[in-house]
Amino acid sequence: MNAIEAERLTRRFGDFTAVREVSFEVREGELFAFLGPNGAGKTTTINMLCTLLRPTAGTARVGGHDIVREPHAVRRRIGLVFQDPSLDDRLTAWQNLAFHAMLYDVPRRVFEERAKRLLELVDLQDHAHQEVRTFSGGMKRRLELARGLLHQPKVLFLDEPTLGLDPQTRRHIWDYILRLRDTEGTTVFFTTHYMDEAERADRIAIIDHGRIIALDTPDNLKAMIGGDVILVRTSDDARAVERLREALGLDPRPTAEGVLVEAPRGDQLIPRLLGVLQNGAEPPLIVHSISLRRPSLEDVFIKLTGRAIRDEEASPLERMRLSRRLWSRR
Amino acid sequence: MAFLKTIYTIWYRDLLRFLRDRARIISSLGQPLLFLIVFGNGLAPAVAAGMGGVDFRAFLFPGILSMAVLFTAVFSAVSIVWDREFGFLKEVLVAPVSRTAVALGKVAGGSTTALIQGSLIMLLAPLVGVRFTLPQVLTLVVMMILVAATMTSFGILIAARMRSMEGFHMMMNFLLMPMFFVSGAFFPLRQVPLWMEWLARVDPVTYGVDAMRQTALQGLVPEPILRMLILHPLEVNLIALIAFWALFLIPAVWLFSRTE
Repeated sequence: MNAIEAERLTRRFGDFTAVREVSFEVREGELFAFLGPNGAGKTTTINMLCTLLRPTAGTARVGGHDIVREPHAVRRRIGLVFQDPSLDDRLTAWQNLAFHAMLYDVPRRVFEERAKRLLELVDLQDHAHQEVRTFSGGMKRRLELARGLLHQPKVLFLDEPTLGLDPQTRRHIWDYILRLRDTEGTTVFFTTHYMDEAERADRIAIIDHGRIIALDTPDNLKAMIGGDVILVRTSDDARAVERLREALGLDPRPTAEGVLVEAPRGDQLIPRLLGVLQNGAEPPLIVHSISLRRPSLEDVFIKLTGRAIRDEEASPLERMRLSRRLWSRR
Repeated sequence: MAFLKTIYTIWYRDLLRFLRDRARIISSLGQPLLFLIVFGNGLAPAVAAGMGGVDFRAFLFPGILSMAVLFTAVFSAVSIVWDREFGFLKEVLVAPVSRTAVALGKVAGGSTTALIQGSLIMLLAPLVGVRFTLPQVLTLVVMMILVAATMTSFGILIAARMRSMEGFHMMMNFLLMPMFFVSGAFFPLRQVPLWMEWLARVDPVTYGVDAMRQTALQGLVPEPILRMLILHPLEVNLIALIAFWALFLIPAVWLFSRTE
């Protein structure tokens, strides 16, 4: 059975279509990533799957239940970690967990034993009786992970689980997520705009402008790029693109870092590339550097959308969210 | 069963937060006490002539009592806006529980904290020379519960759609303060302009103050003078409070359960 089945899921806000006929399946026990730039429709999709937002059209089944017709049954079977902290920071970690257990009808005995084990899993056992407002951002996120699993959900949703955290904390959070998945066997659905995070998933759906534009394993996605990626930096990238297109029949792409070329055998292309750029052009182009690498998800994204995820500036909403996070350390 | 447990859970969290926050308990006792001691003692000689021999402090005390209940109740309900702002509301909204039960739990929580706050004020009554018998205390507690439940429901009705704390301050200045001022908490509503009399009539706080005042002054003041200081018979006040409560509670629960 599939943990999630979305069928032509659509959500409009006025004239704006945030999510457009999105269909996909997530298998049980899978670690599934929703990758896309800010504003691509990731959070809107997650909110619909979690029954926080009603779809304008289409539907989905989560844990075997319809999100529109049986929201209660769905809620019972999912755990959630939101982009923004959703803890009561005036209560202790333990009290937050206890509150959650009461809402999800976890019996007291079971709760105590599970809460202890989960707190150990996320390394918060020594802070159980501390008020949450004294926690760092990383500690809060870890507590939310533990809380999301307290009622043993079939599917755990993580909406940008590491947003606003420093790189080291991000790595730790991922260690915990993977450990939780391995020990609890939970299906994990997460959204991210970080390539390295998506890379950890079993399968990735790439979403842009509310549409899924590719869905496959990280390896298969990267195999869409035929072989290697060559990055050339020259004195005049625009002319270099033109020259490569004319002389070698390639399909180069200019980016902020240089000209990108895909090739089945990059190592064999480099000498010809160098020759064409240095000799054929008038005046000759100066080649600053050439690098060869295996394709990354970033390359896949550029190929599919014609632009890089990291080119996008933080949206006003995200900037607001981050600054609010600073202010809200009450 | 699950329904009752949800109410209990929400109520329990409100209570836990309230009891953990000693500073808030003490600071929210400060304002009513200030009014009581400064206004009470400051105005007592000046208004003595119009009070028919009743000590102004004894007259003022029920007003202050309802003030404490009123503000604690509304604040507690409006913590929904805080919860929304700081994300906690999502944790509740995505849980497999009835939203109606959540709203009712909030009413129970707000009413309880307001009742505790009011009871603390009542303990301080001897400070201003007001003493109550046990039946008076019990009747006052019932009144406080009614006022607290009505005003918490009012707060939830306001907070259900409110997205920002600015909106909350607006409400404080343009709704809550006037409601408190025209309720007769500070002065008898017998000889006021007609517009104020009408405002007082549609103000739920008026009925709470009036009910608490006649309970508090019972036996302390001769019957004819008491009748001069109060507006309605006790039963009318009770019915009015219950009617207001229903008027606020039903749309509050309805609005809250439709929150996205």
